[in-house]
Amino acid sequence: MSFLAKVFIYPINSLILADMVERFGHKPLTMMSQIREKVTSLSLDSPPINITPEDPKLGLKYAAIEVPAGVRGRMALIGPLIEQTEAAIIVENPPTDFGCVGCNRTNELTKYLVRSKGVPVLEVKYPESDEEARDFVNKIVAFLESLPKEKPGADEKAKDKEAAEKEDKK
Amino acid sequence: MTEMKKEEITKYIVISSDKVLPSDAAMKIYESEFPVTVKETCFGLIVSGARDDVETLVEQIRQLDKNHIFVKDRGFPPGDERRCRASRGGGPRPGFHFLREEVQMLPAIGAALDELEAKECVIEKRKAKCRLKTSDLEKVIEEELSR
Repeated sequence: MSFLAKVFIYPINSLILADMVERFGHKPLTMMSQIREKVTSLSLDSPPINITPEDPKLGLKYAAIEVPAGVRGRMALIGPLIEQTEAAIIVENPPTDFGCVGCNRTNELTKYLVRSKGVPVLEVKYPESDEEARDFVNKIVAFLESLPKEKPGADEKAKDKEAAEKEDKK
Repeated sequence: MTEMKKEEITKYIVISSDKVLPSDAAMKIYESEFPVTVKETCFGLIVSGARDDVETLVEQIRQLDKNHIFVKDRGFPPGDERRCRASRGGGPRPGFHFLREEVQMLPAIGAALDELEAKECVIEKRKAKCRLKTSDLEKVIEEELSR
């Protein structure tokens, strides 16, 4: 399946946002995909403690050593997603922040990093009524449709691949 | 072996439809004969299996009522001891609370998607009217004259 753009979503485990981004042909960058890599990796030797000694080092790239370990641990998962981000949808005031997304300092840092990355960002309020839901959906759809339909350099890469295949056949 | 393990994915199918029940969707998956694991839940289904199979199936299920069936990835496979309620002494599993909050909002989101789709249909029809071909116009004139 080929996707148009990698879209970061906040809340990072949102069903509604992940579904809408995928529905319009883009790839949602979600916590679930990161978690999957952690929990299904055969190299992991100490489940359910899924953090390896490498992870806090990764987290140090985004948060200083004085910052609570939980923030660094979370950033070890979220940080690589932010680096891939080509666009972002941030929902303000989501009703609940439980479990892996329940850390406000991580959330603030995540939003700050996304905003300062310079990619197109849509900020909407979490809907609480039917009318708000309509506005919410319309804004997200308009934003997703405004994203580039073709990746810059994708054609060149495809041409390079074709050329390489032809050479191999020869 | 490692490659095969990497290809295994799990997806939630959350159903907020008046036409399709989770059991209908589960039956559809059983009929498809794809080698996937299906778990029926209160909000929909959890489907786990090879990436291609799951993605194909999910797309088929979504088409049953595309604006009212929502899909997202899941990190843990179904029945995983680290998340399954059976091995954790009951109570909602971690991650369910936010899903439950979002499920309450799904009817409104589905209605908004329906509305958006209806609007697009109207716009497309109008565009088609504007672009009347001469051949079509000839047909209309002939039909009118033949009355």
